[in-house]
Amino acid sequence: MEETKISMYQLYKDMLTSYLANKSEHALYHAQQFSKEMMEKDMSPEETVSLHLSVFQELAEDLPEEVVDSFDILLEVMIGYGLAYREHQSLRDRQQQLESELTVAARMQKSLLPHGEISLDSVDLGVISVPAGKMSGDYYDYALDEHGNIGVAVADVIGKGVPAAMSMSMIKYAMDTLPEQRTQPGALLENLNRVVERNIDSDMFITMMYGFYDPNNHYFHYASAGHEPGFVYDAVKDEFRNLEAKGLVLGVSPKVRYFPDQLHLDAGDFIVLLSDGVTECRVDGEFIEREQLVDMIRKYKHLTAQEIVDEIFQELEKAQEFQLRDDFTLLILRRKV
Amino acid sequence: MNLDINVTETDKGHVAFISGEVDVYTASKLKETLNPLAEKPNSDLVVDLSDVNYIDSTGLGIFIGVLKSTEKTNSTLKLKGLNERVKRLFEITGLNEVIDIEVDEREEA
Repeated sequence: MEETKISMYQLYKDMLTSYLANKSEHALYHAQQFSKEMMEKDMSPEETVSLHLSVFQELAEDLPEEVVDSFDILLEVMIGYGLAYREHQSLRDRQQQLESELTVAARMQKSLLPHGEISLDSVDLGVISVPAGKMSGDYYDYALDEHGNIGVAVADVIGKGVPAAMSMSMIKYAMDTLPEQRTQPGALLENLNRVVERNIDSDMFITMMYGFYDPNNHYFHYASAGHEPGFVYDAVKDEFRNLEAKGLVLGVSPKVRYFPDQLHLDAGDFIVLLSDGVTECRVDGEFIEREQLVDMIRKYKHLTAQEIVDEIFQELEKAQEFQLRDDFTLLILRRKV
Repeated sequence: MNLDINVTETDKGHVAFISGEVDVYTASKLKETLNPLAEKPNSDLVVDLSDVNYIDSTGLGIFIGVLKSTEKTNSTLKLKGLNERVKRLFEITGLNEVIDIEVDEREEA
């Protein structure tokens, strides 16, 4: 430390001497470099002022007493800046620590979502889920059972960030305990509702749509807990319809019944599930209408399911200047043959 | 966007007239105003939303919380004056089945 002080002293002295001798821009540039080094070495502003005074006293002998004394005032004033600077540094350290904790949590959260690709002759599946911040309040799932049924889910916890993310993991764990209800969408939601109702704040809730496609008879069975309606694309008629089912959001009341619905899919038909982060996208200050979303899906419908969801996300992200207001999840399941 | 809440007393409770947007920024203000009214035993709380254009999911959550409070205190909650967009939100979430929503008289006429 003492050595650093000596070398800083020498450096400052050279710099000041050079500037006083020829007033060069070069010396000013050195001063900028010096201030960076000062911060790296945790030198406070008041230390710099006192460094300046001692160097200057050595260079210019017989400094008037008033000049020397005036530095006492400057020093006192700089102490306040020094304190603010140190506080800023400790806050910055703390922020970095929080940031890295969040990064770990976000990575853990990602590991809760399915990863492997489902590559089947019967269906084409695509999904994208992007949080507005680091952590997501959206949940999605897809899974294949031993009979070839493909279950798909999208859930949306109100709010976003850490509280929403914690509730989202509750859905994931509860889903894992109900494997036998993956082909009973109504019963599945009833069970999830009981778990959520017991474990969530009184003014929070979760919406969810769950369904499964049976490739043997080509039916899609689904139920909804107050979730944003999805879409069904009818390839023969080249038409989009809303995919909705009545049902209360999860977490309001312990005894709620969910009644599943079903629809037949022809080859080329597809199901679109989404979170309200998709429909709450604002383009030029206005919410996008569901018809606009349909137009976008239509534009890309010749692509694979994964390409469609990727293209739509990119288009909406760009329209919002890359600043998502809410977590965004979009899932497409298409019957291939 | 601001949220204004105007509460008047009635024979058996309160009417809260709300104007503005109920979203993540204004929800806590709404909660602080409505919850104490809902927690009064055996009273009726009417929330007039005629001047509300938009409610987001956080706002819906506040109404769920208020509903749960009224259930505990044997009180009632009724909403009125919902515009189409807001009404649709209550329908999608199924909340229209558990919260008393007054049908707009102008629409019926």
